[in-house]
Amino acid sequence: MDARFLPLFVVVPMASAFLIPLFSRLWPRFADLIANAAGAALLGLSVNGALCLFANSQVLLYHMGGWASALGITLEYDHLTALVLLAVNTVGLAALLFSVRYLDHYTGRWKFFSLFMLVLAGLNGVTITGDIFNMFVFIEISAVSSYALVAFGTDFDELEAGFKYMVIGEIGGTAILLAIALLYAKASTLNMAVVSQVMAGFGHTPLFWFIVATFLVGFAVKMAMVPFHAWLPDAHPSAPAPVSALLSGVFIKVLGVYAMSRVMFNVFGLSRANAAPLFNLLLAFGVLSIIAGGLLACAQKDYKRLLAYSSISQIGYILIGLGIGNYWGIVGALFHILAHALGKGLLFLTAGSVEHATGTRDLDKLSGLEKNMPVTAWSYLLGSLSLAGVPPFAGFFSKLFIIIGALSAKMYWLAVLAALFSTVTLGYLVKVVNKAFFGRKDLEPTPAREAPASMALAMLGLLVLTVALGIGFKPVLDKLVGPAANVLLQGLGYAQGVLGR
Amino acid sequence: MSLIVQVIARLLAGMLFLFGTYVVLHGHLTPGGGFAGGVLIAAAFILMSLAFGSVEQTERNSYTLSSVVESLGGVLFVSLALAGYLAGVFFFQNASVYGTGTPLKLISGGIILPANIAIGIKVGAGLFAMFLALGASRFVMKD
Amino acid sequence: MIAMFACMVLLLVGLYAVVIKRNIIRIIIGFSLVEYAVNLFFALVGFKHNGIPPIITDVAQSRSNFVDPVPQALVLTAIVIGLATTALMLALAMRIYEKYRTFDVTEIRRLKG
Repeated sequence: MDARFLPLFVVVPMASAFLIPLFSRLWPRFADLIANAAGAALLGLSVNGALCLFANSQVLLYHMGGWASALGITLEYDHLTALVLLAVNTVGLAALLFSVRYLDHYTGRWKFFSLFMLVLAGLNGVTITGDIFNMFVFIEISAVSSYALVAFGTDFDELEAGFKYMVIGEIGGTAILLAIALLYAKASTLNMAVVSQVMAGFGHTPLFWFIVATFLVGFAVKMAMVPFHAWLPDAHPSAPAPVSALLSGVFIKVLGVYAMSRVMFNVFGLSRANAAPLFNLLLAFGVLSIIAGGLLACAQKDYKRLLAYSSISQIGYILIGLGIGNYWGIVGALFHILAHALGKGLLFLTAGSVEHATGTRDLDKLSGLEKNMPVTAWSYLLGSLSLAGVPPFAGFFSKLFIIIGALSAKMYWLAVLAALFSTVTLGYLVKVVNKAFFGRKDLEPTPAREAPASMALAMLGLLVLTVALGIGFKPVLDKLVGPAANVLLQGLGYAQGVLGR
Repeated sequence: MSLIVQVIARLLAGMLFLFGTYVVLHGHLTPGGGFAGGVLIAAAFILMSLAFGSVEQTERNSYTLSSVVESLGGVLFVSLALAGYLAGVFFFQNASVYGTGTPLKLISGGIILPANIAIGIKVGAGLFAMFLALGASRFVMKD
Repeated sequence: MIAMFACMVLLLVGLYAVVIKRNIIRIIIGFSLVEYAVNLFFALVGFKHNGIPPIITDVAQSRSNFVDPVPQALVLTAIVIGLATTALMLALAMRIYEKYRTFDVTEIRRLKG
């Protein structure tokens, strides 16, 4: 199977983003149809690509326009790309299916779908491109569309959160552009593989560390690492629920963690062996994220704000997995990307379902919802068990791998911290269960109706995938996550894979 | 606006539009291209809208028309990019739809000329729609 | 070289405006300054002593003195992205004014915790 399907990952959502405004003037529901068809097509493409990759296990390359590697943009598809694309398109399709009924609250339906398609186009584009300026352009496409989506309801809170998110996020984007300018000044090319070859002979001068630090600042703002996290607790609750699911589940990971690890490991060739201070810095920020996110989440009264702080904490787990730097740490981090995307997407969709049915997100006002909304309640319970690391769900295995990685690098305190804070995670997630769903038998159950069929279908789909990922972790580990970790660990060897053909 | 502004605006708008079209069409020979020319085309429309004030029905029709033209420009660009893909060659292939021209003449440079035209249409219509949505929002936004 | 230092000074001035100023419109202007500074820095990367603009006017011309054209194309893309961002910020500022009746950032702080 050759690589001709690679541009379709970007063309399908972008073409539907341009067609939706045209066709919705004829019939308003056309937007739903086009958007969901595009989402399903993207999921089909990513599953197809992953199966192709399992069959013959060779990096797929596509030269746009026929230009050779050093002159033009190449799209490259290896195991890490396959993993991230599966996460992005699964959560994207679930959110699209959910928003068919959820958008009855909002006006301007087709604008939502058009912006959502642009976000998906940007996310797919960041993952699949092999050219560093192209990655920046797609980062900005998805970021600007997400600023508009966060402020979609144009109510008081949403406007404030959207403006704050926008200013902070754009400063991060500008930092990435500055770093790309400095990198181009030294390497004279934009293709990631050729740049990594130049960087191999460059040496770790102060200019090198300045470029690395500027990239780190830019990506840290996008992924809400702790000193730069101030936008996330306001932006994720204020967005409409499917957008929150996409943002928390996928966006901060693709734009932040995937882009950072691709640049750090493959382009710059850094690893634990030759850049230990940088990895210790990542560990420090990760630990800070886990502690700050976890403790602040315990004090929240708003359903979605609690989940947003939990996202900060889980990004901390992924960061310590990357900061440990050996095979099991990176495997744990990548597996946690999958598990957290599915789990947190599911939790935000249940929050949207509760808001759709009762009109409020305040935990003090909700009680006993499991009588009237059983699907939502059980989805929340099983999803939160997965995120807290309870076997046999997916989150247990990812935290287990991170702890194994910490132990084999002899960082015992890190393993203890990871295990301790997964108890804290279970604590604050169960708090929602106690208040809103299964507990408080003394209060009257809040009047509510179960979620409509399409919303319930989206939630059940994500739930089934979370359970399946947990039970069937071994084939996923061997065929997808393990080779993806090897892609990152081989560092500068990435260039051989891309340029040798 | 006063009479002097209105007379001059009527004279200048046509010349701005013509100059913008020139910059778009010669994008592969001289500096400029799709985006800069599109901004000039939008400036021509914005000048007319600023000089002659806004009447509700005219503004709403203008907004609808420029939104539709913008979407058509985007669809045109995507279909140009897909033309090479569907014909079996690479995506965004720089082949020419009118045979190979001679270098340094107007008909040359492969797919750059139609791509510049598509971008010029999209940016021009898009910027005018953006101006109407921000400046005449009480006429144009229907919520 | 002096021009690159001037770009960095412009970046710091813009960053100062984004961080310190209280009026939303001044924050947006400061952000435009940051964008200008980074774009100018990027365009200066292709500088060459005694360079000529990279436009081919005659097919049999010596091209060894051309200034690097790639940063110019990249800066064009970055300017367009900056335009879209500024437009969206202004639209948000307009909506904030309709709701809150003020442009003062210290008064739009309803989200806490």
